[in-house]
Amino acid sequence: MILFLQQFINALSLGGAYSLVALGLTLVYGVMRIPNFAHGGLYMVGAYLTWALLSTLGVPYFFALGISAVVMALFAALLERVVFYPLRAAPHIHPMIAAIGVLFFLEAGVQLIWGPDFKPMSSPFGGVIQAAGLTITGQRVLIIAASVVVMGVLYYFLKRTLVGSTIEAMAQNREGARLVGINVNRVAALTFGISGALAAIAASLIAPTSLVSPSMGEVMNLKVFAIIVLGGMGSVPGAIVGAFLLAFAETFGGVLVGTDFADVVGFALLVIVLVIKPQGLFRRTT
Amino acid sequence: MTNKLQQAAVSNTAARRNVMQSGWPWLLVAVLAALLPQVIHNTYINDVAINVMIWSVAAYGMNVMLGYAGLLPLAHAGFFGIGAYAVGILTLKLGWNFWLAWPVGVLICSLLGLLLGLIAFRTRDDVFAILTLGIGVIITQVINKWDALTGGNDGLNGVQPPQFFGIDMGKSAHFYYLTLVTLAVVIFLVARVRNSLFGRSLIAIRGGEDLARSAGINVYTHKLRVMMLSTGLAGLAGGLYAVYIGFLGAAVTGPATTFTILLYLLVGGVGTLTGPLLGTLIIRVLQQSIQGLQDYQYIVFGPLLVVLVMFFPAGLAGIWTRVQAARSARIGQGSKEVQDAGV
Repeated sequence: MILFLQQFINALSLGGAYSLVALGLTLVYGVMRIPNFAHGGLYMVGAYLTWALLSTLGVPYFFALGISAVVMALFAALLERVVFYPLRAAPHIHPMIAAIGVLFFLEAGVQLIWGPDFKPMSSPFGGVIQAAGLTITGQRVLIIAASVVVMGVLYYFLKRTLVGSTIEAMAQNREGARLVGINVNRVAALTFGISGALAAIAASLIAPTSLVSPSMGEVMNLKVFAIIVLGGMGSVPGAIVGAFLLAFAETFGGVLVGTDFADVVGFALLVIVLVIKPQGLFRRTT
Repeated sequence: MTNKLQQAAVSNTAARRNVMQSGWPWLLVAVLAALLPQVIHNTYINDVAINVMIWSVAAYGMNVMLGYAGLLPLAHAGFFGIGAYAVGILTLKLGWNFWLAWPVGVLICSLLGLLLGLIAFRTRDDVFAILTLGIGVIITQVINKWDALTGGNDGLNGVQPPQFFGIDMGKSAHFYYLTLVTLAVVIFLVARVRNSLFGRSLIAIRGGEDLARSAGINVYTHKLRVMMLSTGLAGLAGGLYAVYIGFLGAAVTGPATTFTILLYLLVGGVGTLTGPLLGTLIIRVLQQSIQGLQDYQYIVFGPLLVVLVMFFPAGLAGIWTRVQAARSARIGQGSKEVQDAGV
């Protein structure tokens, strides 16, 4: 029972982090209809920025996280302007291929600057909380709390503010959004910015519980794509449900099939769901 | 007078086009390629040429999917790996003859491709690309972790080169001819496919799935068939790779390899017959010259891919067709359909 609860909390924190990364990806897909394969690259660069700020400049953790999020937001928006905006009218496969190019560029770039080896990131929440026989690291509690807060803010932004509702509007109907006077191009850049910030926040939160490496983006990329396909591409609630589904499948499935294949569990789940329901669990029908 | 000149020019280009299509230039290239090891006794050049030909076969495999049917198969390197490991395991662990193991490896790849297609073609476009990417990662993971069968992290060592009626194919000059013949057969096959009803149906599917369906094309079956062809070609290349390199590791079956094959295709020209060979040749030679950058080559190739997609989506072969089309338009042939202008 203790073990179960322990794993349950681990799965919750994992799911929280997955949700943040997947939300950015699903927002971009909803607005731009682009599966942004570079998303994992943004996530990885975000982690490296925080790590560099922490370890070389000695910036406090939360400041480092904030700076990294802002920088990645600007970078993602720039990426949209330079790469994806000119390709908006191109055949569908072209932006996908361009995104793969960006992903590999980011990976090689980080490897060139910081080297290919794994790096540990320390956080002020490295301590352990003992409660009712459970041993939980402070970082995991922080991940759960922070992801809930960020999701809350995002929900408020999307549903209650004018700028946020333009994103929703554009995801629902691109032409309609343009007709009612929404600046479609600005919304696209904004959405990319949000996705970059979310990826950087998630990466900075989760990095202290594991390690920072150039390949971390590729692994996360595959997981969040599995998540948003599971949840239905472009669906916001779908991304959150899918994230927790994957986190629980990985945590508990990993116990069943052994840690060697834990990373594959998500894809096995994905294949099974797609066989039964090819459009995902929550795909918006437009 | 000018009219006559024009006519002569037109018939001249028409004749040249006929020659192009009848395959004489291909024969010329093949003969030159066959003479290469006789003229230049250089193992280094031989090695580069063999690698170019092996990877071209894999690129042709991706081309039938991406170029003809307009589907982005991101598990391609996985099937390349399955073909390679099939040959490695069958010859090393079961002691099979290469000439039996090779076709069996291709068969395995085709059947697994069919299996994948049965699942993956329930989805379209983006989801299809993502799903195949996932399958590719699963293949790599399984190869990497299944120690008993694939040797896991240590890989498979000492795959033996084949014998052919007492000729040792392991000698690089002999192996050169094996790959050359394989490549020639593949190009011939792909060219035949392109001009067949099957190939034309694939092009129709690329143009618009719903339209193709309404024109009476069985989209699902055609997709399954092209998937089998594509994964089979990947396995064919993989089998050659296994016996040529002699060592197999899981890394070569990963998404980075798929990406590199995609790069070959884009440089050469997606959907063209010359593109895969041309692109593989150029990028492979380029890779040799920036070998110091080995680990960081994607710093160059990543942005190159983006630039290609943005400005030259039809690749080098596409530029050639564009020049040809512009010339024939200038001499009054009017708007001639540009063939195979990329995705």
